Amino acid sequence: MRRLLVIIASASLVVCNACKPEPSRSTGSRDVAVGAAPTEGTDAPPEDGQWVRPAKDFASTRYSGLAEINTSNVNALRLVASFSTGVLHGHEAAPIVAGSTMYVITPFPNIVYALDLSKPGFPVKWQFNPTPEPAAQGVACCDVVNRGVVFDNGRIFFNTLDNHTIALDAASGKEVWNTKVGDINIGETMTMAPLVVKGKVLVGDSGGEMGVRGWLKALDANSGKVLWTAYHTGPDSEVLIGPAFKPHYSQDQGKDLGVSTWPADMWKIGGGTMWGWISYDPAQDLIYYGSGNPGPWNPEVRPGDNKWTTTMFARKPDTGEAVWAYQISPHDLHDYDGINEQILVDMPWNGTKRKVLIRPERNGYVYVMDRVTGEVLSAEAFGYVNSTNGVDLKTGMLQYNPDKETQVGKVVRDICPAAPGMKDWQPTAYSPKTGMLYIPHQNLCMDEEGVSANYIAGTPYVGMNVKMTAGPGGKRGEFEAWNPQTGKQVWAIKEDLPVWSGTVVTAGDVAFYGTMNGLFKAVDARTGKQLWQFDTGSGIIGQPITFKGPDGHQYVAILSGVGGWSGMIVSAGLDPRDSSAALGFVNAMRDLPAKTKMGGKLFVFAL
Amino acid sequence: MSRVRALAVVLMLLASCEREDRRLDSREFTTRYATWSDSSKGPYDHNAHGTTEGQMLFEQMNCSGCHANGGGGMGPALMDDKWIYGSNPNEIFTSIASGRPNGMPAWKSRLNNEQIWRLVAYVRSLSGLTPKGDRPSREDHMMVKPSPYQTPKAKPVIVRSTFTPAGR
Ligand code: HEC
Repeated sequence: MRRLLVIIASASLVVCNACKPEPSRSTGSRDVAVGAAPTEGTDAPPEDGQWVRPAKDFASTRYSGLAEINTSNVNALRLVASFSTGVLHGHEAAPIVAGSTMYVITPFPNIVYALDLSKPGFPVKWQFNPTPEPAAQGVACCDVVNRGVVFDNGRIFFNTLDNHTIALDAASGKEVWNTKVGDINIGETMTMAPLVVKGKVLVGDSGGEMGVRGWLKALDANSGKVLWTAYHTGPDSEVLIGPAFKPHYSQDQGKDLGVSTWPADMWKIGGGTMWGWISYDPAQDLIYYGSGNPGPWNPEVRPGDNKWTTTMFARKPDTGEAVWAYQISPHDLHDYDGINEQILVDMPWNGTKRKVLIRPERNGYVYVMDRVTGEVLSAEAFGYVNSTNGVDLKTGMLQYNPDKETQVGKVVRDICPAAPGMKDWQPTAYSPKTGMLYIPHQNLCMDEEGVSANYIAGTPYVGMNVKMTAGPGGKRGEFEAWNPQTGKQVWAIKEDLPVWSGTVVTAGDVAFYGTMNGLFKAVDARTGKQLWQFDTGSGIIGQPITFKGPDGHQYVAILSGVGGWSGMIVSAGLDPRDSSAALGFVNAMRDLPAKTKMGGKLFVFAL
Repeated sequence: MSRVRALAVVLMLLASCEREDRRLDSREFTTRYATWSDSSKGPYDHNAHGTTEGQMLFEQMNCSGCHANGGGGMGPALMDDKWIYGSNPNEIFTSIASGRPNGMPAWKSRLNNEQIWRLVAYVRSLSGLTPKGDRPSREDHMMVKPSPYQTPKAKPVIVRSTFTPAGR
């Protein structure tokens, strides 16, 4: 009864917030966890101690049921193994554990290592070197990262920077198939970790800064044959929009919107790539994911909604057919890609249980959506936002702030969040035990000036000068616990540097994340109190995981190695005098070279 | 759009008119070729007008998309003292005309040799390798860095690429 009241009260609060123009909220101190009702993931298989895909489960909870390591003993965590990958670029991948083997992929040149967890020191079992084309490095916008391999049915699947999707035999490391799905000569690269659903390997492209036309493809896990391709711009027939398509909002209804919401032919080079995260709901038999920013960044040259960029899709995995779509940021102004993770949970909402998906979005709002219908139930800012004034829950429309609209020849200052958003690719975790999300993110604003954008295949197509700065308060990062039911922060840890690492939360009520100056931290999932830290020597932008080793004990693993868009000043040796370097990120990261150095190393911890 | 671009062009031309526009005389002919005899200075190094044209090409050809305003991004920084393939005019010409293996496109099918030599002068001006008086003194956009005119001369050193060669 009492809980019900709390929920009703908070739901009405959500509505009120949405009608108020005031976009910001206090990014204040830590609160005590209140009213977070534990919920269930749709896909919460019994804990098997493995970590076979970066998101852990199809619902993308990044939650582990292991509790040997918990709040009372995590301070005794010690290093049990480490392994140098031999590569010095941004290590964004999650180590993958299947059976008694751990699989690690490096940034370019995308070497895959299999480490034997049943032997002391975790020696290398095999190594696979795909030798991607070196020229791919020149068209990778934001460091030459790779976000992980995936294990399925005795095979390892991954993407290379030069657009090959490869299947390896997990036991021997022998190549089973290798399919080229993209072309670096038009600016395509691949950085995402595939998701394997029902024998289909789902992969997408990067290159939203190069005028590519984004897509998601399904490859047959057995043969590598491309089964379907869903483009994110262009005619319905190529977006795979057909009779099954039932979008919730009127602005997403109509024929061939992927053509008509663009100036003539610009959809052909309009972006909408897919380099982030896909979730799967077996009960609905639907995959969920969002598409990236429209190109070029300069919005003046592409009047219209620019569909289907920055759009959430629900699709049938067998055919790729879209079942619904929701454009998060129509006519995106600030590079707010929609590729972030969505966590699938079944949660009480206004008294009834709803099947929802929760997305901490790049534009600064945590969206709670009905994943059956595509309706937005709430969208609350999880940091300081001034580029928009919230989401109208009736129409689903993002409310743009006209003062922050960019123009050619005019410098618009202090746009928050900056181009990498409130949160970039770095994935959130969700604990069904606490009912909270654990969101690693940044706190950055920017100045922008539109400039002309010339399309030359294989070169950047951006048309925007950008200069990023620390957001309000001066701290560039935050690790935040969020209650999706109330739409409120529960606690937050302010970090000096952007928190560009992923996170994991466990049944032991411990959450792990890393900082860009190399500290790997364990915090109490309920209070945010720091319980333990370890200095890995190079900035952490990877995804922590936890697993049960062959000896029956719980381990925690993380890759360290600074880089990524935020860390390029170090990994690519950029010149700090140029604020516009790394698409303007360097202006906010000038101090990084003094705080960390390049690295590339796996660390494994246990009690 | 094009109005703004035209304005920018006019501003640039005005900017370059402020300084001495030396005639190229016999050198003009030589720049049609892909090699230059003097390894210490390029054919447009001492030519403010040519350097400013190089600056315009640097933006129009999307060099700035990869190298930013000299600080780098997808491509390496060009305003610092570090050179992977060398800083002398012929070496830079080759970098631009023929491309480099770790992702530098070849431009010789899109630009003629004279345009490339102008780019060479602008690239060299970014780290102060051309005479100070002939380096662009203003950027026509949001202030993102000191102009080449204000950039101290760097002493070039050869470094290993931060990129990984040959994919191994
Ligand atoms: C698609 C991205 C891209 C574009 C566009 C691009 N470059 Fe590059 N450039 C690179 C990369 C990557 C390298 C490093 C190549 C290597 O290490 O092999 C490079 C290297 C260079 C070098 C050699 C630097 C050294 O340290 O030796 C010069 C000079 C250069 N570029 C100038 C230019 C100019 C001038 C243009 C425009 C005409 C341009 N670049 C356009 C990506 C690009």
